[in-house]
Amino acid sequence: MTRTETSSRYPDIWKKYTPVQTLLRYVGYMIAVFIAVWALSDLDITWFYFLDAHVQVADMLTRMWPPDAAFIQNLTKPLVETIHIATLGTASSVVIAFPLAFLAARNTTYNNLTWFIGRLILVTSRSVNTVVWGLLFVAIFGPGPVAGIWAIAFRSIGFVGKLISEAIEEIDPGVVEAMEATGASRLQVLMIGILPQVMPVIVGTTVYRWDINIRESTVLGFVGAGGIGILLYSSINQFLWREVTVTLIAIFGIVVLSELISATVRKKIS
Amino acid sequence: MTPTTTSNTGQLPEWQRIKLIQNTKTRWFLAGVVVLYIIVTLFTLEVDWSRIASGLTRAGKMFAGMIPPDTSRLQLMFNGILESVQMALAASVFGMILAVPIGICGASNLVPKPVYIFGRSIIVLTRTFHEIIIAIFFVKIFGFGPLAGVLTLIVAGTSFIAKMVAEDIENMPPGHLEAIRATGASFPKLLLYCVAPQILPRYLGVSIYRLDANIRHSTVVGIVGAGGIGQTLAATFSRYDYDFSCTILIAIVALVFLGEIISSWIRSYLR
Repeated sequence: MTRTETSSRYPDIWKKYTPVQTLLRYVGYMIAVFIAVWALSDLDITWFYFLDAHVQVADMLTRMWPPDAAFIQNLTKPLVETIHIATLGTASSVVIAFPLAFLAARNTTYNNLTWFIGRLILVTSRSVNTVVWGLLFVAIFGPGPVAGIWAIAFRSIGFVGKLISEAIEEIDPGVVEAMEATGASRLQVLMIGILPQVMPVIVGTTVYRWDINIRESTVLGFVGAGGIGILLYSSINQFLWREVTVTLIAIFGIVVLSELISATVRKKIS
Repeated sequence: MTPTTTSNTGQLPEWQRIKLIQNTKTRWFLAGVVVLYIIVTLFTLEVDWSRIASGLTRAGKMFAGMIPPDTSRLQLMFNGILESVQMALAASVFGMILAVPIGICGASNLVPKPVYIFGRSIIVLTRTFHEIIIAIFFVKIFGFGPLAGVLTLIVAGTSFIAKMVAEDIENMPPGHLEAIRATGASFPKLLLYCVAPQILPRYLGVSIYRLDANIRHSTVVGIVGAGGIGQTLAATFSRYDYDFSCTILIAIVALVFLGEIISSWIRSYLR
């Protein structure tokens, strides 16, 4: 068969997608573009502000430079407080999330109702942002680190609890069955059969959440819940941009440091 | 694991639970450090204990004020929610687009070292700062309103997706890159025929996840004046308008829950 014969018999050119698939794909793109355009145009945006944006940026940068070196001495205490808020908040969240995780895992919960309650608590905790929890706890406990600790804890319960409960659902059921066959009590099964299997996940998740929480606790001060955010917010409100630069550098430092620590610990565990 | 040894009497040593940290000394040392830390912080934190003590009664009053949720201003709430959703949608689309070039710049197996350092430093810098800090700067530059919020979410979303893209490209099997390069493909063709098919499923998955994260974050950037439902929420808190706060909080939880369901549904469909 010569080339011309082949091409006359199979006139189609190979394509990855059928015409219908291509059409669907383009419709998908169109929908995405349409959504973006609709969302942007429907928002109440003052495009006029773009005109002098570069002036504003230049103005801000010149005000931010050079960093106010003398301000560093005010930073130590709030920085330490920020780390304390994140650490204590994470610790409390693990203590609260631990029983909830067993409630929210299909294989350790009592019945459908308890499972649903467990899930509902975890979802609610996760859907409310740390700062919103902060608003709530500042209203309860007044401004200060205690509100921050509870805000961090309440947001983290959902995160830590969800990951632990997923780990519990993935354990080796043989261990549990073997223990139940020897007549172990429910508590013994939990403590000796399940806990050692999920312990690495608990520690890993905790450390991971701790490093996220350091980042979150840097802004809790904006709603009065303690930490370095209070300082940053007051510097910004007083237009002391050179102090802001120093604070931002400090925040950058502790966030990167905490990320390094958490990555190292997690690597060691797994 | 230590091998099971028999003692002199020929009996097995008493069985012990498997511990995460095998070394007893390290374990007790770490436990001691934790206890010490908690004691030290509890004494050094500046806490107004009398204010905390009044917290329970205050919480009681607050929750009493929250019930029943105020449903007389639903229109205002829906406007805020709609604004938040629109901000999240617009930001997600732009974040997806911007993340691709930055992600490619941050992949060490694809670009020369200076470009890599440039790409990675953009990702690290934008990732380090919380959305609210970024929002403050955009509010300063562009004034109050949803524009600052959208830009904030674009920056945060871009850096999140870009990091995933960069890591995905770096984890690609090197053979594929070499094979396409060996055919003499130019850099754009390499991206189109080698990189794109490999990272596309995860890129789409991460982008959908980010849409859901953007919805969550769009509910707070308003606290510093960057638009959305957060602005309304912060206002109700400062006016002690707790019954309306409760309505908004319920709406936010419902919105986030819905977003999560949709996002996980799309992601399972993509897989």
